[in-house]
This record gives sequence, C-alpha cells and structure tokens, in this order.
Amino acid sequence: MPLRNRNSESGSAATAGLLALLIVILVAVTVYVFATNLYPPPPTITEVGKAVDHQYFLTLCVTGTVFILSQLGLAYAIWRFRDRGQPAHFTRGNNTLEMVWTTATIILFLGLGLLGRKAWAEVRFTPAEPDAVRVEVTTNQFVFNFRYPGPDGKFGRLDPKQVSASTGNPLGIDENDPAGKDDIVMPTLTVPVNHQVELLIRSQDVIHNFYVRELRLQQDSVPGMVIPIHFTANQTGHYEIMCTQLCGLGHYRMRSFLDVVSEADYQNFLKQQQQGAAQ
Amino acid sequence: MSSHAHTGHAVVIEPSGFIRKYIFSVDHKVIGIQYFLLALTAVCVGIVLSLLMRFHLVYPGAHLPFVSGGILTPEQYLALVTMHGTIMVFFVLTTAPQGGFGNYFLPIQIGAPDMAFPRLNMLSFWVTFLAFVAILAAFVVPGGAPISGWTGYTPLSGMGEVTGPGEGWGQTLWIISISLFCLASLLGALNFIATTIDLRAPGMTLFRMPLTVWGWFVTAILGLLAFGVLLAGGILLLLDRSAGTSFFLPAGLVVNDQLQPHSGGSPLLWQHLFWFFGHPEVYIAILPGMGVASHVLSTFARKPVFGYRAMAMAICAIGFLGFMVWGHHMFLSGMSPYSGFTFSVLTMSIGVPSAIKTFNWIGTLWGGKIQFKSPMLFALGFVSLFVSGGLSGLFLAQPAVDNMLHATYYVVAHFHLVMGVAAIFGIFAATYFWFPKMFSRMMSEPLAKLHFWFTFVGAYCIFMPMHFVGIAGGIRRYADSTGTTYAAVLQPLHMFMTYAAFITGAAQLIFLFNFFWSLKHGAIAGKNPWNATTLEWITDSPPPIDNFGGHYPSVYRGPYEFSVPGYQQDFIPQNLTPEQAAQLKLK
Repeated sequence: MPLRNRNSESGSAATAGLLALLIVILVAVTVYVFATNLYPPPPTITEVGKAVDHQYFLTLCVTGTVFILSQLGLAYAIWRFRDRGQPAHFTRGNNTLEMVWTTATIILFLGLGLLGRKAWAEVRFTPAEPDAVRVEVTTNQFVFNFRYPGPDGKFGRLDPKQVSASTGNPLGIDENDPAGKDDIVMPTLTVPVNHQVELLIRSQDVIHNFYVRELRLQQDSVPGMVIPIHFTANQTGHYEIMCTQLCGLGHYRMRSFLDVVSEADYQNFLKQQQQGAAQ
Repeated sequence: MSSHAHTGHAVVIEPSGFIRKYIFSVDHKVIGIQYFLLALTAVCVGIVLSLLMRFHLVYPGAHLPFVSGGILTPEQYLALVTMHGTIMVFFVLTTAPQGGFGNYFLPIQIGAPDMAFPRLNMLSFWVTFLAFVAILAAFVVPGGAPISGWTGYTPLSGMGEVTGPGEGWGQTLWIISISLFCLASLLGALNFIATTIDLRAPGMTLFRMPLTVWGWFVTAILGLLAFGVLLAGGILLLLDRSAGTSFFLPAGLVVNDQLQPHSGGSPLLWQHLFWFFGHPEVYIAILPGMGVASHVLSTFARKPVFGYRAMAMAICAIGFLGFMVWGHHMFLSGMSPYSGFTFSVLTMSIGVPSAIKTFNWIGTLWGGKIQFKSPMLFALGFVSLFVSGGLSGLFLAQPAVDNMLHATYYVVAHFHLVMGVAAIFGIFAATYFWFPKMFSRMMSEPLAKLHFWFTFVGAYCIFMPMHFVGIAGGIRRYADSTGTTYAAVLQPLHMFMTYAAFITGAAQLIFLFNFFWSLKHGAIAGKNPWNATTLEWITDSPPPIDNFGGHYPSVYRGPYEFSVPGYQQDFIPQNLTPEQAAQLKLK
C-alpha cells in the first residue's frame, strides 16, 4: 500500500480554531457567572447552613480549577495539534503521568468528600438537644401540617382511622388520648429565633419533602417513618417551605411558610393558639 | 469454543425472504440496525416531549392545538416529565449505544461471525420492541400517562388511581414496559458477555480488544447484574398494585381521608432496588460512549490511545464502583445518615477513574495530527461535555451540599450533560464513524459539521444556565413555579434555555436529513475510509452475512497502531501478519 500523503485540510485551521474558541468562551462565561455570583442562593440563616455554603465554595474551587484546566487543555490541544501535515508524535502513554494524576485526584476528591463530613454530621449524626422546640411535620397531598404538643409537652396518639381533613382532624389525633387534647395543628411553621428546633417529619400518603432554602436543609417525608431533623435559625423572617419530592399533580403548589420570630413573639403565638384551641 | 468458526467450516446462508432477512432476522447486523432505528424513533418522541415541557415552563397559559382543553394541565406536565425520562433513558441511551452499535460492531471488532446466541439476540430486540409499544400505549389509556417520574417512587406509583391521574392504567403499562425492557436487556447482556468471552479471533487477547469492545463488555456485565434487580422490583410493584400485596406500602396510608388496606411494606425498599439498578444504568448509558470516544479520538489524532491499559482498567473500575454508589440518590430519603456518608466517599472515589479517562483523552490528542472529521468533532464534544457534566457530580456526591442542590434544576443540568448529552454525542460520533461501514456510503461532511456546531453550542446553552437556576433554588418537576418567591429572577434564564432547546431540537433535522439522504446519495465509502486499524475495516461495507466472507481474521497487535515510526503508512491493521507489516516498513 503506498504512502498516503494526506494533504492537511484547508478547513482544518478554521474548524480547530472555532472549536477551541467555543470552549474558551464556555470557560470564560462559566467562570464569569460563578465569580460574580450572578444567581446566588438566598443567604442562609443557620450556622450549619454556613458550613454547607463553605463546603459548596470549597467544592466550587476544586471543581472549578479542574474544569478550567481540562477545558483549556482540551482547547489548546485542539488548536495546537490540528493537522498541518506534521507527523503525529508516537507514544503509548506514560506511567508516571498516570500515577501522578491518579494520586492527585484521589487526594483532591476523597479529601473533599471527607471535609464535607462536618456540615453533614452536625445535623444528621447528632440528636437534638433536650430543650429543643419540637414540632411534628405531617405531609399529605398537597399540604403541610405542623403540630405543636401544647402545654403538656406531649403529642397525642395518632390513629389513621380517625383522619378526617373535612371535619378538622387532618392528622387523625386520637380523640381518646388526653395528651392530644391540647395539641395545636397549624398550616405554617412558627419557631423561635436562636433556639434549636427539632422537626419530626412524617407523611400520610406518598413521599413528600420538607425544604427551606435558607436553612440549607431538605428531608423527604416517608410514610411509615418518623424522621427527626434539627436546626437553629439565627435570623427572624418569613421563609418559603417547599415540597421537592414529586408527589402528584399538585406537587408544584405544595408550599408553606416558616416564620422565625423572637422568643417573646413565639410565646405569644403559642398562647394565642392555645386560647384558640380552648374555645 | 470458536474454533469451527475460524477455520471456515461454518456455512452461513443468507435468508432469502423479506421477513427472515429484515424483520425476524438473526443476523446481529440487522438486529443492530433495528435497535438503532427503534432508538431513533424513541429519541424523536423524547425530544418532542422535552420541547413541550420547555414551552410550558415559559408559556404556562398558552393554548396548544393538540391538548384537550387547550392548556397543558399539571398532570399532563408530569406525564411529559415521566415519559421523557423513561423513553430517553431506556429506549435511547440504553438502546442505541449497546443494542444498536454494540450489536452491530462487537462481533465484527473481535472477528466473530455473529453473536454467540443469534436467536436470543432476535428475541431481545423483539421484547424491547414490545416494551416500547407498551410505553407508548400509556399515552392513550384512560387516565393518560403516569405522573410519578422515571423513578416511579412508591407509594405514589404503588396505589393506583387514588394518588392521581395516570396512576391507573398508565402506571401499570409503565411497569410492564420497564419489566419487559429489563428482561430483554438481561438476555442481551448475557449474549454480549458470552460473545466477548468465547468468540474472539485467534490472537485477540483481552488487551488487544478495541476500547469500544471493553465499553460494551463491561456495560453488559453491569446490565446482567442491574436489570435483574429492577425486574424483580418491577414485578413486586406490579403485585402491590394488582394483587393486594404490600412490598413497598406501609401501614397507615391515608389518601383523601381513606385508610388504605396495606401494611408491612417499605417505600425505601423500592428506592434501593431502583437505584441499585439506576446508578449502574448511568454507566450503561455512558461507558459505550467512552469506548467510542477513545476509539475515535485515537483514529483521528492518528495516535495510539494514551494509556490504553489504564483506559481499560478505568472502565472496569467505573463499572465496579458503579455498583456501590446508588445510595447517593438517597441522601435525603430517610436512609441512615451514616450510610449517606459512606455512599458519599464511594461516590467521590468514582471521580478518580473518570478523571483518569479524561486526562488520557487529552493525552491522546497531545502531539497528534488531528483531523476534524465529523466523528472526531462529536468525540471532542463528548470529552468537553463529560468534563462539564461530571464535575458538577462532585457537588451532588456530598450529602451536605446535596442538602441545598437536591431536587433542583442543578441535578437536571448535571445528569443531562453527563448521561444525556455526552452519551448522545457518543452515539452521534458512532453514527458518523460507522455509517460508511453499515451502509457503504459516506454521510455528508458539511451537513454533519453544521449539525455539530448547532448541537454543541445548543446543548451548552440549554444546560449550563440550568445549573444557575438550580443554585438559586429552582425546583425541578414543578409544572408551574410562578407562585414561588424566587421564580421571577430565574424566568429570563428559563426563556433562554427554551429558545436554545427549540433551535437545538430543530438542528437535529439536519442529522435526520443527512442520515436518510446519504443512504442513497452519499459518496461510496470503500472498505476503510478513515484509514483505521480495527477488524471492521478489513471487511466489505456493509460486511457480508458472516462478516468476513469466510476468511476469518487472526490478530497480531493492539487496536490503535497509528503513526508507528518506521512505516510507510500511519496505520497498521490488527490483522496484518508480521510479514505483511514488515513489507510496509520504510526501506
């Protein structure tokens, strides 16, 4: 077979240049949007949220560096090694290089994963403090209900047979359990600022989710399970609670609100609700 | 095992009837094309569904002529979400690279006359076809298509119509379709594994196999272990729905104030079974693409694959680790937080072989003589997209960060780039690369390049902004987010993505036109239009019924002998004997 002397293509430089340029633009635009924080998440209102944001930022730095270097390396190779009639440099690889980048990525990626443990463990590995405000969150298609135990500090027993949203007992609080008499059920969540809150999350029908962006906290609610999570909000305000687990046709409008109020306002809120319940 | 095939005793007679030749064929090449055409049909459906979703997200109140009532309802939107995901993941991303190209080229690349079990191969395709019919039927049954997403989480998917429209017949058909698909893929995987192990040509050692074959082989092993689990899950879910069992349904379920008659099941069990399949499925979609990218990059850089062994081992490592990371889909599901941490570390470690692959791809290009043919452009696009889509996974792999990004558009952007678009670029690279072999004609290069530019830029325009929507808190699977507090600021981004999606979708017509036009009018390809080295290029285009016309090759060297110093030509086919190769030496 004769040597095929392939003429370097006239379009080669244009194609290589355009592709390399597009990749450079991709990198530039992406770096710009991240660096200027053009679409930021809402500011967090918990210490744990800050740790999450920190870990997010750390991950952004690591992946951002790898992103920039790989994409620019790719763009450079595309431009530099386009067919200009030169012979290809024959090599089958380089074991030293393989070792270097394997070790480097092991350290980088696993290190990152291990560092991220803190922001996870604080919320999830530790139980809530004994004096935390406890609120039970119950989800069903397509509403949230929040139950406070009332002055006795005890939640009444639940009986699924007694669930009747139409007659005002959406959770099915057992009428025969005295502990349930003073329970308060609310469509929104009100909690005191700078006081740990423990949520006991459960669901009646399908899987839903409790998500408050400012808390940097998401938790699925699963029928048959009671899942505890806790947080301490350090700023008063009105925040959106969203369902983020596909739960049926009304999923997009399944929403409630979290009101973080001062300790005094919280006590007033409880008092008002107790009076309301007593009447 | 394969000795009789290679000594030329096998007599393969081409069937004469149309039905035996093109419909119920046992020829792996015909079956490969059947899979490919099935995927092509499915991808057209899937794209239309996604465009409807994108349209609805920016014009929620618009009247659509073909929707009953005019305006898309929330449940219809969720049906689009569900059907788009299901059709794309199963009938496109699994079907085209493995069922299509794997079927066609694995036997030829290892020098075999056919798959190990040709009739089983035919059965796999036709069961897949039935599965596709079943999923399409879900559109037209009472109640419409299911609304529980491609993940079909129970109890939403397990209780029937009480939980919503589409959860009756639609959901049942979804489960039947998925189960049939699993069965077919299981049989297909068995066939791929047996073929790779038993039917390799003399001299085709494991480390002389093209990386495409490594990709298909490891994908088949994943398929064998993963599809069986989803099949079991599907059957149990079907029983929950129709036989009154409670595998996934706990006691005390109340829907519309009605206590449901179930007890003892676990909704998380479904998630474990689903993701035990579902995560390997991601690699089932992408590993063949990785193989194709390596193969094409080497061919058009005119260089051996950089670190061939490391590449093959990385494919195996990804396959192996791919089975130990499913829990990262479940960090916030109620699973033990300690499990979450373990899954997190395992998931971060799968970034290592992925990075090895990326560095080796760039290493393959380094010092090359890059020819920018259309397959090469798509392979280069694959690398760029894989990097972009892969790195965002490092955020989601950490449960703490997942707290903020889970279920947002960030996740949608991540998996679309890495397992959607990157895998599709792998499929396009394969199509432009092997079309000449399959149909004996070249596809139009100018049209192919035009298609590439639109698709490459378009894909990034759709999916890069989507990350920012997610970071800002935009939640996925919402039929309408205009009521939320953050939506207004994100709407311009949504608008941009929708326009980009329509332009990119329209650009795929260039591909369709090129494909069908070139079948008849493309330039004649010849045996080896790319000056490539592997065995499919030593036989006719298209290959004869037994692939090699009775002259089965023996293999004398690795698959990527490009630009070896001291030779007259810059490629040395795998089947050249040392004596033949010596004659090519520069005098």
